[in-house]
Amino acid sequence: MGTASSLCEAGAITGVGETKYLRGTDRTALSFQLEASLNAIRDAGLKPSDIDGLIPYGHGAVAEDFVTNFGIKDLRFSATTPMGGASSVAAIQCALAVIQAGICKHVLISLGRTGYSGGRIGTRVQQMPQFKVIGEFEMPLGAIAPAQLYAPMARRHMEMYGTTSRQLAEIAVTTRYHASLQKNATMKNPITIEDHQSSRMISDPLRLLDCSLESDGGAAVVISAPDRARDMAKRPILVMGVAEGHPDSPSAITQRPDLTTLGLAKAAPKAFAMAGVERGDIDVAEVYDCFTYIVMCQLEDLGFCKKGEGGAFVENGALGLNGRLPVNTHGGLLSQAHMAGMNHIVELARQLRGEADAQVPNAEIGLVTGYGDMGDGALAIMRRA
Amino acid sequence: MSYDKLVPSPSPETQPYWDGLNEGRLRLQCCGECGKVRHYPRPMCDACWSMKIDWVDASGLGTVHSWTITHYAFHPGFKGDLPYILVTVDLPEGVRMNAQARGIQESALRVGLPVKVVFDRVKDDLTLPVFEAA
Repeated sequence: MGTASSLCEAGAITGVGETKYLRGTDRTALSFQLEASLNAIRDAGLKPSDIDGLIPYGHGAVAEDFVTNFGIKDLRFSATTPMGGASSVAAIQCALAVIQAGICKHVLISLGRTGYSGGRIGTRVQQMPQFKVIGEFEMPLGAIAPAQLYAPMARRHMEMYGTTSRQLAEIAVTTRYHASLQKNATMKNPITIEDHQSSRMISDPLRLLDCSLESDGGAAVVISAPDRARDMAKRPILVMGVAEGHPDSPSAITQRPDLTTLGLAKAAPKAFAMAGVERGDIDVAEVYDCFTYIVMCQLEDLGFCKKGEGGAFVENGALGLNGRLPVNTHGGLLSQAHMAGMNHIVELARQLRGEADAQVPNAEIGLVTGYGDMGDGALAIMRRA
Repeated sequence: MSYDKLVPSPSPETQPYWDGLNEGRLRLQCCGECGKVRHYPRPMCDACWSMKIDWVDASGLGTVHSWTITHYAFHPGFKGDLPYILVTVDLPEGVRMNAQARGIQESALRVGLPVKVVFDRVKDDLTLPVFEAA
C-alpha cells in the first residue's frame, strides 16, 4: 500500500470513548477529559498505564495531568497540535509519525471542555495568541466571534456561485436528523428547512441554526501500532491516509487571496494519494461542522464536487444515511455536541466497526476532517481491518 | 459616556498605522526593499524577507469584496450598533481591509461596490476607519 515515506497504515484506532454530552455541568474540563480517555483506553482493552504517548487538545489538560492521574511510569512522547478544531485530526498524523518512528505503541488523543458552562466559545478568540492580529485590527471594529469572521466567506461563496441559505439549511436539517438517532446527543428534536429559515440571524448570512453548539463533555481515541492493534479488544480501524493543510493568510481571513478555499484543499490531495483511494470509495464522511457553510466548503475542498458546486451537492438529502455521501452520522457539532471534532473521529471509528447508532450499511472506508483557527484543515482516511 | 468597546493594543510595529488614522490618513506598511504593500503590519516581507519597513499613504478608495451584517452583540459594547455592516474591501494598493460600513443600504451591498474610507474619532487617542459609498 504505502511507500516507505508514507504513514499509510502506520497506526490504527483501537479504542474510542466519550462522556455523556451535556449543556450544563459543575464538573471540570479535566474530569471530562480523563473520563473520556479512560473509556477509550478500556474500549481498546488497555490499562491507562499502557499509554506511552499523549497528544491532548490545546487549552486543556496537559501531559502532567495524565501522568499523575493514570500513573504512567514511562511516558515517551507528548505534544499538542495547535490548529483549533483541526487539532484532533492533525494529532492523528502526529501519532502515526511517532509510532512509525518506534517511539510509541499507544498514543492517546483526547479532549475535555466546558464549552457551555465555562468560557463562552464565541468570545474565546480574543485570548488566543494566533489571533493577536485579529484582536488588534478586526475586533475593535466589531468583528469578534467566529460567526462574524466566517460569514464573509459564506457571503462571498453566495455572490460568486449563487449558493443559497436554503442549501445551507439542508446541512443543518440532515445533521439534526442524525442526532435524533443518537443515544448521546444534546439536540435531538428534528428541524425543517423552514425552521432554519426562520431562526434568528446571527451574522448574515449565518442564522442560529447554521451555528454549532456550546457543549460540556469529553471524547478520546487511542491510536496503536499495527502490530499491537491486531491482538486488541476491538476490530482495529487502520489509518490509510492523513495530512494537514494551512491556508494562505492563516490568521486573517480578510487577507486570504481566495476567501472560499480552506487549508483542507492542500491536505486533501496528499491524504487521498497516501490512502490510494478515490472520492467514490468513501462510504461515510465525518466533516467538521462548526458552521453549515464550513461543511459545504470542505466537501468542495475534499474534491467531492468542484468549487462552487457545494450548494447543489448537498441538496435533496444528499448527506443523509441513504444519500450519495452520508455526512456527520452522529449529529456533529451542530446537533450532537461541540467536542472540537474529537466526536467526529469517535463516530468514524464506530461506523467502520459497524457499531454506530445511525449505521451506514457496510461502511468499509470513511474519512474525518478537522477545521479550525480561521482555516487550518486536517484529513484522515480510514478503513476497517 | 466612557468608550466601552474593544480597543487595540498597538505594538511598535503597528503604531504608525494607528497614528495615521488619528491624523486622518490611511497608512499601509510596505517593504523598504522591494516595495510590496502588506496588511496587517508585520516585521518581514513575505516576498523578499527584508525587515526594512516603509509606510505609504493609501488612496482611501476601494471596492467591496464581501460583507456580513451582524445582528448579535458578541461584546456588550457593540449592542447599540446592531445591526451593523462589516465590509471586507479590496484596496487598489493590493491588500484588503475590514471595517464597518456607514450610510450604505443593506440592499445596495454587492461585490465590487465602490467605497471610500472615512475616519471616526471614537475617543481621545483612537480613530477607527469606516467605509462609506464612494
